[in-house]
Amino acid sequence: MSAEAQGATLVAEQFDDFEQQKHADTFGMWLFLATEVLFFGGLFCGYALYRSLYFEAFTAGSHLLKIGYGAFYTVLLICSSLTMALGVRAAQLRRPTSLTVYLALTWIMGAAFVYIKLRYEWYGDYVEGLVPGLHFAPHGEALEIINRFHATLPHLSLFFIFYFCMTGVHALHMVVGVGLLTTLLIFTRQGKNTQGNYNWVEMVGLYWHFVDIVWIFLFPLLYLIGGRY
Amino acid sequence: MSTVALESPPTLPEVHYLNADYGWRSWLFTTDHKRIAWLYLFAITFMFVVGGLSATLMRLNLIEPSGLLFEPASYNKLFTAHGLVMIFFFLTQSIPTVLGNFLIPIMIGARDVAFPKLNLLSWYIYMLGATVFIISLATGGIDTGWTLYTPLSTTYANTNVLSATMGIFIAGFSSILTGLNFIVTIHKMRAPGMTWFRLPLFIWSMYATSVIFVLAMPVIAITLALIALERVWHVGIFDPGLGGDPILFQHLFWFFGHPEVYILILPSMGVISELVAAGCRKRIFGYSFVAFSSVSIAAISFMVWGHHMFLTGQSVYAGLVFSALSFAVAIPSAVKIFNWTATMHKASVSYDTPMLYAIGFIGLFTIGGLTGLFLASMGTDVHLHDTYFVVAHFHYVMVGGAIMGYLGGLHLWWPKMTGRLYPEAWARFAALLVFVGFNLTFGPQFILGYVGMPRRYAVYPAEFQVLNVLSSAGASILAVGYVIPLIYFTWSALKGPIAGPNPWGAKGLEWTIASPPPTHNFEQTPIVTEEAYAYGPEEAHVG
Amino acid sequence: MWYGFPFHPEQASSIAPEWDYLFYFLTALTVFFSILIFGLVFYFAVKYRRREKNEVPPQNEGNLLLELGWTIIPAGICVFIFGWSSELFMRTQRAPAASTEVFVVGKQWMWKVQHPEGPREINQLHVPMGVPIKLTMTSEDVIHDFGVPAFRIKKDVVPGIYSTEWFTATKTGEYHLFCDQYCGMGHSHMRGTVVVMKPEEYERWLSGQMNVKPMAAEGERLFGQLGCNTCHPGEGKNSGPPLQGLFGSQVKLQDGKTVTADEGFIREAILGPQAVAGYPALMPTFQGQMNEEEVLDLVAYIKSLGPPAERKATKP
Repeated sequence: MSAEAQGATLVAEQFDDFEQQKHADTFGMWLFLATEVLFFGGLFCGYALYRSLYFEAFTAGSHLLKIGYGAFYTVLLICSSLTMALGVRAAQLRRPTSLTVYLALTWIMGAAFVYIKLRYEWYGDYVEGLVPGLHFAPHGEALEIINRFHATLPHLSLFFIFYFCMTGVHALHMVVGVGLLTTLLIFTRQGKNTQGNYNWVEMVGLYWHFVDIVWIFLFPLLYLIGGRY
Repeated sequence: MSTVALESPPTLPEVHYLNADYGWRSWLFTTDHKRIAWLYLFAITFMFVVGGLSATLMRLNLIEPSGLLFEPASYNKLFTAHGLVMIFFFLTQSIPTVLGNFLIPIMIGARDVAFPKLNLLSWYIYMLGATVFIISLATGGIDTGWTLYTPLSTTYANTNVLSATMGIFIAGFSSILTGLNFIVTIHKMRAPGMTWFRLPLFIWSMYATSVIFVLAMPVIAITLALIALERVWHVGIFDPGLGGDPILFQHLFWFFGHPEVYILILPSMGVISELVAAGCRKRIFGYSFVAFSSVSIAAISFMVWGHHMFLTGQSVYAGLVFSALSFAVAIPSAVKIFNWTATMHKASVSYDTPMLYAIGFIGLFTIGGLTGLFLASMGTDVHLHDTYFVVAHFHYVMVGGAIMGYLGGLHLWWPKMTGRLYPEAWARFAALLVFVGFNLTFGPQFILGYVGMPRRYAVYPAEFQVLNVLSSAGASILAVGYVIPLIYFTWSALKGPIAGPNPWGAKGLEWTIASPPPTHNFEQTPIVTEEAYAYGPEEAHVG
Repeated sequence: MWYGFPFHPEQASSIAPEWDYLFYFLTALTVFFSILIFGLVFYFAVKYRRREKNEVPPQNEGNLLLELGWTIIPAGICVFIFGWSSELFMRTQRAPAASTEVFVVGKQWMWKVQHPEGPREINQLHVPMGVPIKLTMTSEDVIHDFGVPAFRIKKDVVPGIYSTEWFTATKTGEYHLFCDQYCGMGHSHMRGTVVVMKPEEYERWLSGQMNVKPMAAEGERLFGQLGCNTCHPGEGKNSGPPLQGLFGSQVKLQDGKTVTADEGFIREAILGPQAVAGYPALMPTFQGQMNEEEVLDLVAYIKSLGPPAERKATKP
């Protein structure tokens, strides 16, 4: 069976051929990512505005974040992007075993990100009283940092609102991404992604890279900025 | 040849998309873009009735300066419901999801949209959002105005802000997916020979609209999410008491809000181009200018949001830029008006209902657009801002423009959608009623605004009564004008005379196939060799 | 006029006639183009009506010159209107230096007005005719909007900031005052009256108000009551900056920015203090401890402490 004939059975009825379907799928994904940029854009705008208004509080906020976590996530996500890209390559080359391995590695790194974020970083923030709305009463060392920068608590809470919104929406995207990877793994086990139609792998790949890139913006904007080099 | 064909009475095709399959499953699980259009038509007609009823009650209440029927608390919920329903659950969907869904694949010569399942998913998401919203209304309603300004909506309102915004939030994703689907369809699914400059102008305007869907809707989604967050956890994102900035909300809201206004009017402009071409049997004058004006309106619409905020204390220099850009967006709109008018020159103008709506649109949109200049210019906006002048202006655009286009489009393509004709005399009469009723409703509101009556007033000083009564009288005529089509369309769908494939003698791929079309639209993928609206004799189009 | 068929709001301010000229011009433009388009559409619709069922008219691609014409001419008209209206707007935004000040606080759902001389009013504003009046406004809760149709003025009243607008009334009488920004349940009841009086009558009205204390005096009382005077005489190690002659001067902040000490700055400094260069950041916030009217009293007191010129003289 030729590749074209095999591909043809995978073409949905509204398309003329596999090529058209692939282009449509990829283009649709890029458009979806454009909407995502705008979605995050509102948050970035609000963050930029309040940062310029309440400089001290936002600097203090950056100093209250654990930079080690941020750096670790960054390494984790960059590595997961690499394995995802290798996975797409494996799907194109029709290698089910290496595709499964790469997808699984990506899955593990994604899940680790979410788990560490919830279990350690956010829980730590909660204990320290840095979660506006739930438990916002900084004490101990945190209070010293706040006083050092002459930050006021309402303004500091604005920083943390944006911190939790931005990283929260990002983490939500990671959860969706891990879910997508799970489906991909099941499909791969059924032998679906390595018979010429690698669209799904490629599109999840695009999504995954996008979510990683968002983190690449979030990390300096939230953790690194503010005079802590 | 053609005379012979006309003499034999047209018949319905044996198998078409409506009778290809029966049962509720074949509708609720359909991926056929034409059936999905019907699903939307039923849903949004219901929402239109909800929004229309609340408008009727508002106009009734305003007959008396002290309020005829309601306390201010109830009146506030009525106008909020009217605005939110009409904007987020009727107008946003109207032309794109009904006419757009039905026509885009056919007009470009495709079997379906690029992602049919996603298309159905959009409908379900819309239904979920609409259901949540209706429940929110039924269990108490929301009283913040459709603009949801903070800190009123986040801190001070005690109504169902959370559930109502959730409904809108959900429905927004339906629009994002519809826009995404349309853009990919128009890019990737065109038939061989259907180049960009052979596309009907309706497709151009739907393309521009879809771009706005994709780029503006996510912003309102995140903004509504922030409102919800602030309400649930009592944090101070927009509350000045906690360091937040209430004006930031307005920036985010109008960054979505003004493009949204063009989501409502651009599709209608596309429909009018089709109505004028079909009604005049003529190629649209200055095709490429009309096409590019749609795209430039979409592009500039993202840079004018600050003209809603001249009086909030935003920097005067920012105001200057926003004012200038708002004038800039007026020019492509004017170009369209002039081109439609010029198309009618030396044409063969029919008096069929769709053309009557098109003529009504051109006139009313001219007034709606020109009165926009009063609000784009900062000097005059100072006095007219938040008065009935604004209400009149945007209803001339939204009702006189968008709804006229929607109704005109429904009348033009109804024979294609159902295979049947509607009673022409009744339809013309209804079109006339809509035109007269509309002007009587909203014309007096310009004067009301000029003499200073603020919008969203449940009670008002006695000297405004005469004009308010006039306006309410007009609204009753308008309401009758909307009910008549509801009745004769229902009748026509069941018992109307058979239309045949091309009752108007119009050009375009949709008129080359049977009415109603078969499930996959075309027996064979059509090959397009001529430009849009090629009405002239064949020789004229060589080279 | 009141109970008749209103076509025209009263012209009762110096801006109103100018505003009306622009409005008339735009109206004339709208009427002209509407008649032109309606006229052409109806004329074409009648003249070129379809006479036979299968008629096909001659086709026409368009005309570049016409397209350019109806792009450039409207653009020119727009530039003209833009220039005219922006110039008018800029003038309505800057109050003349010699304005009489009045302070306004919006609150769900009433207007509270304070005159520097002391009188306080609710939903009423008495002003003398022929004198520029500058309103400094803020809100206790949601966004309101102070609009007087007869004066053709309107401005949002936003919580957390001071906004200003000004007018010179030119006609005695009583005029509507509306809240134009939807502000919740009682929005349509948030109305009042602006009473324009002849200057001498206004003086009589002012002096006829019983038991009033000027705002600055009320502010001075608060200044003592809240203990501001323990840190703000301007001496000693832990003292705050002196307030004598502060208003209108340039203030250098700890983070290096320089700002003008206007009403908004003083309000900010009281409610959310920022360190001023050269002084320790010890001042507590007074957010939540006083309402907007009391803040305005304090602002009035600090303003009464003298102009910036004196401050320069006392500097070493």
